[in-house]
Amino acid sequence: MIRAAGLVKRFGKTEALKGVSFEVGEGELFAYLGPNGSGKTTTIRILTNLTNPSAGEGFLNGFSVTKNRIAAKMQCGLVTQHINLDNELTVEENLSIHGMLFGMSGPARAKAMDEYLEYVEMADRKKTKVKELSGGLKRRVMIARALMHRPKIVFLDEPTVGLDPTIRRRIWSFIKKAQQDGATILLTTHYIEEAEFLADRVAFLDSGKIVTIETPRALMDSLGGWALDSLDNGAIETSYFPERESAEAAIPAHRGGFTVRRVNLEDAFIALTGKKVAPGPGGAGTGMRGAGGKENRK
Amino acid sequence: MTGFLAVYYRELLILKGKVLKQAASMAVSPFLFLTAFGYAMGRDHLVDGRPYMEFLAPGLVAMASMTQAFGIASEINISRFYWHIFEEFQAAPLANWQYVLGEVLAAVTRALLAVAVMLLLALCFGVTLSYSPLFFAAVILNAALFGSVAVICAMLVKSHADQSLITSFVITPMAFLGGTFFPLDRMPPAVKAVLSFLPLTHAARAIRAAAFEQAPPVFPYAVLGVLLAVFFGVAVVCVNQARN
Repeated sequence: MIRAAGLVKRFGKTEALKGVSFEVGEGELFAYLGPNGSGKTTTIRILTNLTNPSAGEGFLNGFSVTKNRIAAKMQCGLVTQHINLDNELTVEENLSIHGMLFGMSGPARAKAMDEYLEYVEMADRKKTKVKELSGGLKRRVMIARALMHRPKIVFLDEPTVGLDPTIRRRIWSFIKKAQQDGATILLTTHYIEEAEFLADRVAFLDSGKIVTIETPRALMDSLGGWALDSLDNGAIETSYFPERESAEAAIPAHRGGFTVRRVNLEDAFIALTGKKVAPGPGGAGTGMRGAGGKENRK
Repeated sequence: MTGFLAVYYRELLILKGKVLKQAASMAVSPFLFLTAFGYAMGRDHLVDGRPYMEFLAPGLVAMASMTQAFGIASEINISRFYWHIFEEFQAAPLANWQYVLGEVLAAVTRALLAVAVMLLLALCFGVTLSYSPLFFAAVILNAALFGSVAVICAMLVKSHADQSLITSFVITPMAFLGGTFFPLDRMPPAVKAVLSFLPLTHAARAIRAAAFEQAPPVFPYAVLGVLLAVFFGVAVVCVNQARN
C-alpha cells in the first residue's frame, strides 16, 4: 500500500508540491495524471527516495520513506521517466547488478532474470549490449529490472513516453500483467488513453495540488457519456450529452466541422482544471499542455 | 549488507570494457615524466643519496594512485548526470556507506592498475623498487583516501564542468607539490609547512620509505589512515546532499 501524507517539495522559492495526500490500496493500479511540471515525477521521486520532501511523509507498506529508507526501498521497483540503464553493459549485466543491489543470491538472480526477460519477451537478448537496443526494448528491460526482485509496489514514471503506439500497447500489457500478479502500481502519465485503459483510479494533479481522485468511469460519467466537438468561429467548442442521440441532435445548431465522440479523461481534466490534456503537435511524448485560448466548453 | 559489491561489480564491468585503453592512457604521464625528468636530470644526479630516476619512481606511484583514484569522480559524474545510473543506486536498498565503499573499492582497483602500469614502466627504465606489503598498504591507503575525496566531489558538484575545476585547482597542484618530484626539505620553511598538510606529501613519504626498504615512518601512515576515516565519513554524508 502507498500512502502520501501532505507531501510538500520546495525548490528555492518554487513550491512544486503543495501538500499532496493520497492512498493506493493493495493490488490497485493508480494513475497520476497531470501536465508537465505539475509535480508527478517529484511525487514519485519522494516516494522512491530519490529526493527528500520539504514537508510531509510517504509510506510504502507502512514503512516511512524518510525514517525507514532501506525497508521502504525494499518494497518497491521503479521505472524512471528517462532510460537509466548502463549502455555499455549487456542486458544480463544490468539486471544482475540490480539483483545484487536488492540482495538476491546468484541463483535467485539468474532465475528471476530468465523469468522476467521471458515476461517482457526478451529472453534472446540477454547478452546484447543495451546500446544496441531500441527505445522500446530498453523500456522492456527497465520493466523486467523493476520487477525482478518481486516488489510489492511498482512505480512507473511515464513508462511509455516517446514510444510509438504499438509498442506502447505492448508495454501496457506488461503493466497489466504485473498488476494481475499482485503488484500495487503507481503510474504517472500524460497519455489519456493510458490512464483510461490501465487505471483503477486516477488522481488529477495540477500545479502541485491534487484536484480530484476518482475512477476513470466516474470522472467521465460526471460529464455525460458523449461529447460534441464543433468548430465555431475558429474555436473548438465541446458540449456534453448523456446519449449519442442527443449529441447528434445538437449538430445542426453548429456550423463548420464537428465530431461526436465518447467523453474521455481529457474532458474531465479540462472541466476540473481549465487545462488541456493531449499529446501536442508532433505526436507522442509532448504530452499535457496548459490550456490555449481555443478551448471553450459549454 | 553486500550492496557495496553491486556498486563495485558495476565499476569493474565498466573498467573491464576499456581496460586496455585505460592502461594505455595510464602509461602516458609516467612515461613522459620518467623520460623528461628522469633522463633530463641524468642518472648521475643524486637526490637524497639516490639517482633521481629512483627517487622519482615512488613519487610517480603516489601521484598515479592519487590521480587514478580521484578519476572515479568522473565516472560517477558521467553515470549521474548523463546516464542517470546513480538513481538506480539511490532507489535501491543501499545504505550510503555501502555506496561509498563500493566506489572507493573501485577507486583502489583503478589505482592499483595504474601503479602496476607505472611499475612496469619503471622496470623498463631500469628502476627496481622493493614491493613490500607496506608499499602496497601506503598505495591502498592513498587510493582509498582520494577515492573518498572523489565521491565527495562527485556528490557536491552540479555539473561535469565543476569537476574539471576541482581537478585543475586541487589535484594537479597537489600532484606536483606533494613531494612527488623533489624532496620537500628543499622548500622554504613556510612553503614546506603548507605542503606538509597535503595528503599526497604523506603518501609519497610512506611509499618512498617502503620502496627503499627504510624504517617505516609511522606518522604518514597514521595521517593517511585518519584522513581516510574523515573523508570516508564526509562522503557518506555527502551522498544525502546529492539526494536533495
